[in-house]
Amino acid sequence: MPYPESLKKLIEKVVATRPARVERKKKGEEFPALKLEEREPVLRNFHPDFIEGTRREIKVGPSKGYAISNEIVDLLEAKSRVNPYLINLLDPDFETDVLIIGAGGAGTAAALLAAENGAKVTIATKLRHGDANTMMAEGGIQAADKVGKDSPYYHYLDILGGGHFVNDPELVYTMVNNAPDALRWLEGLGTSFSKYEDGKMKTMHGGGTCRKRMHYAADITGAEIMKTIRDEARNHEDMINVIEFSPAVEIALDDQGRCAGAVLYNLETAEYHFVKAKAVIIATGGSGRLHIQNFMTTNHYGATADGIVMAYRAGVPISFLHTVQYHPTGVVFPEQAEGILITEKFRGAGANVLNIHGEQFVYEREPRDVEAACIIRECNPKGRGNGVPTPTGKFGVWLDSPMIDMLRGEGTVRKEFPGKHILYRRFGIDISKEPMLIHPTLHYQNGGLDINSKCETKVPGLYAAGEVSGGVHGENRLMGNSLLDVIVFGRIAGTHGSTWLKPRSRSPAKAGSRVAWQLSYHQLKLVADGESAEVD
Amino acid sequence: MTEPSETTVDSLVPIFFMGKRYDVPASLTIQKALEYAGYQHIRGCGCRGGVCGACGTVFRIPDSYKLQVGLACQTVVQPGMHLMILPFYPGNRSVFDIEEMKGTGGELAALYPEIFKCIGCNACSQGCPMDIDVMHYMAQAIRGDVAGVAETSFDCIMCGLCASRCPAEEVQFNVAILARRLNARHKTIRAKHLEERVTEINSGKFEEPLRDLMNKSMEELKELYKVREAEPQMAEEDWTPVDARYV
Repeated sequence: MPYPESLKKLIEKVVATRPARVERKKKGEEFPALKLEEREPVLRNFHPDFIEGTRREIKVGPSKGYAISNEIVDLLEAKSRVNPYLINLLDPDFETDVLIIGAGGAGTAAALLAAENGAKVTIATKLRHGDANTMMAEGGIQAADKVGKDSPYYHYLDILGGGHFVNDPELVYTMVNNAPDALRWLEGLGTSFSKYEDGKMKTMHGGGTCRKRMHYAADITGAEIMKTIRDEARNHEDMINVIEFSPAVEIALDDQGRCAGAVLYNLETAEYHFVKAKAVIIATGGSGRLHIQNFMTTNHYGATADGIVMAYRAGVPISFLHTVQYHPTGVVFPEQAEGILITEKFRGAGANVLNIHGEQFVYEREPRDVEAACIIRECNPKGRGNGVPTPTGKFGVWLDSPMIDMLRGEGTVRKEFPGKHILYRRFGIDISKEPMLIHPTLHYQNGGLDINSKCETKVPGLYAAGEVSGGVHGENRLMGNSLLDVIVFGRIAGTHGSTWLKPRSRSPAKAGSRVAWQLSYHQLKLVADGESAEVD
Repeated sequence: MTEPSETTVDSLVPIFFMGKRYDVPASLTIQKALEYAGYQHIRGCGCRGGVCGACGTVFRIPDSYKLQVGLACQTVVQPGMHLMILPFYPGNRSVFDIEEMKGTGGELAALYPEIFKCIGCNACSQGCPMDIDVMHYMAQAIRGDVAGVAETSFDCIMCGLCASRCPAEEVQFNVAILARRLNARHKTIRAKHLEERVTEINSGKFEEPLRDLMNKSMEELKELYKVREAEPQMAEEDWTPVDARYV
């Protein structure tokens, strides 16, 4: 629906301050960014991660005692839907070299590299191939490839600064060093990046970047990448078999504790299938659809932490899951589009963030956690209480997209942000003329399964890549590093997952094999009986 | 804002899903209306944001003979509408080796000879939820204009609704992605800076500075982070930093 009269009245205040703001922007005068030491109190008082009672310690498993979101702990401590005694591991329904769980960006990139290495690949996915958050990523993909002004050194520094300096150094090193090659690979597959005439890629700033290294394909970068690599996977149907609507529900281990495959659940026939595999790559993405703290989310319907739970039961520790990323700008009006991501690229292109008075209150390119906390402070009646009320009783702030046309020329919004322009037009709002009403929205699982720079987990033969893993982004991911993460580490997982099976002749799973679930079942039973959970 | 959204007072309207009546709030999208009615989506639901193409839907509204299509997550319900979600639409796809191709219009025709059967009825464009001029890019494909097809079809979400409306049995969305990939791979100049940077990285140019960073304490890193030079937002492409030691 278009803006009602009450909101149109408030938009007049935005229009009134706009010319002066555009002038300042043109002169390079920015609203002052928070100093490193000023970020801390805003985060502590207003970021959802710090709200009392929203986290608790996990009672069982390899990261017992680690306090994370209740919604994820509930799943980690829950009983499995599978009765392991009814799954015959000696009689697999499918056999494959590499089983990939999840068919988004990381899973598909892994499949292409594994197939290139000569491995037979099976991809199992809960929904369709490509139904993933990768498809929804808008803003871009970072890589420090502008020779003469940027380098992996600065990319590394930016990532650390965004992640509160606690990121896993080896993983960050691996990501920044492999970024240009990942872009080159995508370019070679025929991904339509936005380019200058001479082939040079266009790049922009994102929150927390010191150089413009955000590569993009208009405002549908993730969709462009996902469509391209999915299409390429379809060129290799002899090597890559995709099983849709069949989520993996448990990992199977062999008699030596190595990963031996996974149990799938066919959503349509309600059957369980055991897929025997020499290596398993978990690429199931994040957990936004758990609606942590009841937040609206940008996430895909399928993002429900499946991979975290499966691998945790199989013995893989987790880290950095104590922080959750709330994207600063999600749609809060119209209600039909609630939660939907408004790419950071709008702010990268110059759009201000404004309160009910049409005034700036935050520098628009703070790292995401800081930007989100500042917006919540502005909206929260216990904070500054300057939020714009929506017809459904929520609060938001303005993202002043019409500024972009004034800064960069008439038609820029339509051309650079076609996805969002169409979305709003369906509701009778022209975002090149009227601002958008936004509020932070649950966006990303900063942490996840522990991996090393080869994507190996603690369980031999079990790999993880993409949002399901943790470490590379520390406590807060920067824009454009998630698409990069899925491509770089997806490729690495595919490469290592398919080579691990080569050097030795591995003995097949035999008696003594188990569905990993048994372990956690016994632990939980002991907890319930009042005994120590220390078993194995 | 951390509370779940309150259901707003909203009048109920009847919709018919696969022939069965449900009364749902008038402001909801088809997708939310079905959830309101008690459906758990397995097929026919994806990104919920209009970009993944999982929820193509065909519907009719009362007093109109017209068959309409749209995305369930983006289309608001209308009183009395009869609808059916098309979560999958079969479409043939030709296998190709992008390395071996050249990006010519003839390649489109060779892989999808049926493009010449297009009768120009425009049903595809009228059904496109992304407002793409599908018939126009099919005409461009027939003319062998690979770059044109790529540009016109750029927003395609591959939902298949164009194909569902096509009397000539075309698979427009697969023709379109082939053209986009050919255009990006063969008709656009490769980025030289990527090639150069990959070579630099492989030669170990950044190895020492990076290893040095990895061994620094948090305090040292914070200092380096604070003083790092920022490229101004409105800077031109040829901007260069004062400190060029690590670039």
